[in-house]
Amino acid sequence: MPDLLLEFFSEEIPARMQAKAADDLKKMVTDRLVAAGLVYEGAKAFATPRRLALTVQGVPVRQPDLKEERKGPKVGAPEQAVAGFLRAAGLASIDQAKVQADKKGDFYVAISEKAGKPAIDVLAEMIPDIARGFPWPKSMRWGEQSAKPGSLSWVRPLHSIIATFGPETEEPEIVKFDIGGIAAGNETRGHRFLSPGAIKVKRFDDYVASLEKAKVVLDPARRMDIIRTDAKNLAFAQGFELVEDEGLLAEVAGLVEWPVVLMGSFDKAFLDIPGEVIRATIRTNQKCFVLRDPQTAKLVNKFILVSNIEASDGGKAIVAGNERVIRARLSDAKFFYDTDLKTKLEDRLPKFDGIVFHEKLGTQAARIARITALAKQLAPLVKADPKKAERAAQLCKADLLTEVVGEFPELQGLMGKYYAEAQGEDEAVAHASEDHYKPQGPKDLVPSDPVSIAVALADKIDTLTGFWRIDEKPTGSKDPYALRRAALGVIRLVVDNSLRLHLLKIAGVNADLLSFFADRLKVQLREQGARHDLVDAVFALEGQDDLLMIVRRVEALGKFLETGEGKSLLAGVKRASNILGIEEKKDKRSFAGAPDAALLKLPEEQALASAVTAAKQEASAAVAKEDFAAAMSAIAKLRPTVDAFFDKVKVNDDDKAVRENRLKLLNEIREATRAVADFSKIEG
Amino acid sequence: MAQAAVPAIAQADLDPTRSFQGLILALQQYWAALGCVILQPYDMEVGAGTFHPATTLRALGPKHWNAAYVQPSRRPKDGRYGENPNRLQHYYQFQVILKPSPDNLQDLYLGSLKAIGIDSALHDIRFVEDDWESPTLGAWGLGWECWCDGMEVSQFTYFQQVAGFECAPVAGELTYGLERLAMYVQGVERVYDLNFNGGTGDKKVTYGDVFLQAEREYSKHNFEVADTGMLFEQFKMAEAACQKYLAAGWTDSDKTKHSMALPAYDQCIKASHVFNLLDARGVISVTERQSYILRVRELAKACGAAWLATEGGGAAA
Repeated sequence: MPDLLLEFFSEEIPARMQAKAADDLKKMVTDRLVAAGLVYEGAKAFATPRRLALTVQGVPVRQPDLKEERKGPKVGAPEQAVAGFLRAAGLASIDQAKVQADKKGDFYVAISEKAGKPAIDVLAEMIPDIARGFPWPKSMRWGEQSAKPGSLSWVRPLHSIIATFGPETEEPEIVKFDIGGIAAGNETRGHRFLSPGAIKVKRFDDYVASLEKAKVVLDPARRMDIIRTDAKNLAFAQGFELVEDEGLLAEVAGLVEWPVVLMGSFDKAFLDIPGEVIRATIRTNQKCFVLRDPQTAKLVNKFILVSNIEASDGGKAIVAGNERVIRARLSDAKFFYDTDLKTKLEDRLPKFDGIVFHEKLGTQAARIARITALAKQLAPLVKADPKKAERAAQLCKADLLTEVVGEFPELQGLMGKYYAEAQGEDEAVAHASEDHYKPQGPKDLVPSDPVSIAVALADKIDTLTGFWRIDEKPTGSKDPYALRRAALGVIRLVVDNSLRLHLLKIAGVNADLLSFFADRLKVQLREQGARHDLVDAVFALEGQDDLLMIVRRVEALGKFLETGEGKSLLAGVKRASNILGIEEKKDKRSFAGAPDAALLKLPEEQALASAVTAAKQEASAAVAKEDFAAAMSAIAKLRPTVDAFFDKVKVNDDDKAVRENRLKLLNEIREATRAVADFSKIEG
Repeated sequence: MAQAAVPAIAQADLDPTRSFQGLILALQQYWAALGCVILQPYDMEVGAGTFHPATTLRALGPKHWNAAYVQPSRRPKDGRYGENPNRLQHYYQFQVILKPSPDNLQDLYLGSLKAIGIDSALHDIRFVEDDWESPTLGAWGLGWECWCDGMEVSQFTYFQQVAGFECAPVAGELTYGLERLAMYVQGVERVYDLNFNGGTGDKKVTYGDVFLQAEREYSKHNFEVADTGMLFEQFKMAEAACQKYLAAGWTDSDKTKHSMALPAYDQCIKASHVFNLLDARGVISVTERQSYILRVRELAKACGAAWLATEGGGAAA
């Protein structure tokens, strides 16, 4: 069966868009093929800076014929109905229709056969459509034709298109179409500098081979492999180790068609700058890799660059040029770093008075003051020295005003730590600059030093209460201030460090914000495999604002419900709750209050009454000691008496007083279990 | 008696790799030979070559237009008192604008690099994504920064919109940072060490000889002394004048013809530069900043609309 080869050859496609464009092209073409009844065997898409290519193998030569049946009126139906049917089915006379029978009798059927089109014609129709609707993140118009409305848009000017279709054994045909004045053909070009001539191709195999000859490696994965391997070897040969960076690797592979890996060096004096700053400078600005000494793990004064050409001088001029730029960049970085060191962090703080954090939340200075007060307040709860927590909070944002962070925002916090260390701050205070931003995501490390914890909590809680105060809560997928991440951060800080914190006692935390925490906690626990209904069952109890205790309760509840005892107690409690619910509705009242011992007639209800009282006391005592497992066992003891009660006792007694008393007893069961959770929220 | 030849004041080498002015002349020569109109710098303070009406306004409308020129550009905030080897508050851009963008624009650009001594067999030339946007001009385009051995030497943009109007046809814009390019081809680490005139020995004039004093003086002016009260007034005056000229320029009640797009646009340029000075003085807060940018953009848009109603903008005569 024939194969398709498609290539869009253009000016340089942004590196970050290439992988998705290849995926999109493959998906759009193959989806349309399948929709057209052309089921293919395989497909693969590729991208380089200048081309987007696709091969689809094993496409049927033509679409299957389509047989369509249209059911018409009954035989003998009024003339009008028959005429309407003929019109709709496109038949000249009723003789062309067939007669079929069903349960109701004979009726007319029009059978039309639509012959399948040759696949090459289907392709010629669909490819221009796909190109015109291609989902580039940003696209543009160009040249003379851009004066006309509706002219073609592409990511950058498009120069030529290859579209060939045919079986392996024969000369493939060109798929005939035209997009924006560019006719599909069988020609492309090689490397911009190393082999700029035209190349004629037939199908995918010779296309890849011809490109390779013309110094173009089509497959981005191969370009990445070449760069990775050559970079590692080059480093190893000199006794160094490549600092691997997958993001940079993918980007660099998207900037070259013919990767040539070279090594350059810079003045050792620059190694006084923190390694992260060197790396950020060389990575962000120059898209080069850094190397380290495998023994000390410290950076060395070398870098790896990836060129797009095999230069006639072996790359000497290229290396020299890159070294110059990196020298200039590192001079800037060193200048920034040295300048930063001249100003103490606290001396930067007044500037925050003039910087708005958020229009409705005031200045950065006001925010820092709030964080500082809160960190100091939280310090004793997390066993941090309040003085250190206060100092750390005051300084934690100061590095935002430094030159290095201005240049490389991704180094915020880390630079604060370096500068704090350099000015002789306490180690815990210095570390809080970096660590108070953590945890950033579900996989990020959670700080464990008390000072960092205090500042990290204060920072996140201030953000949450602030945005809650001005009613800027996350909605749906919109969470511009990363408030979900902040809440999850608080949860992880508290739970991972086993902290006791009553959130509602913190100014600004209200019931609504607490329920936001509950939702985040649910997501978090669910991801860890806990049942969300158990979280609901615990949150349904009033005043639950201690995240650690909630988690402990959920854990205990989960374990308890896995036991046979737990399961049958749950069934008993649910039965009691259901009956109560129905009767409460019927009587339009609740049955709160202690049952009257005098009205307890049957031994089973007497037994239950005393068991409930005992269980309630025992469970409350255990909860007071935060021993939730013990509380569960205390309640579990109710099971046989509950079972016996439902076996022998009729709740809805004819004597109204007895009925009321028994309902009160049921209510007591529910109340007793509420020592640990609201069982009515538990599923199953 | 034979006329005495004018004695040369110095033996100057105009090789673009050895003199700054040689580089400028080589670029002018190259683009002139391709049919560009070689213009002189616009006689107003601008932040970039793009502000020259030969780019901003000429990019609008259907008429073909090919031009190249040097534009001194002022970025008050980038001043470093002459102490930074790369940063200047006043520098030269070489600007090329081709409308519609020719299909071989990349090749033409590479040809210009060759003309100034950058050999693509020796140097790694790359087109790295860089989308251009000017919030003050209401303009954007897609293109690249062009790298030579890891150094950005030019900006390459296909204008999609200018002054809020779609470009039809699209113009291609090339902007060469001349000092940076010269430093590269001359192999100089500090901009002030550039050989300006190509002279040697005591006949050599450096970039520093020409501009170092100016950098020091203007840095002090821009950051410390520029009269902010006057500048705030000037901004308002330029804005009002621009609006006034725009209103007075319509020659018919249907607003199909305009007679003063260029003078009005001068005031828009003025407002933009005054804003840059105020910004450098640090007297504009973050929120105010946005509103100033918007005010300049409104002027630019209105000037664009007026230009499209002139002959140069393609309106019927």
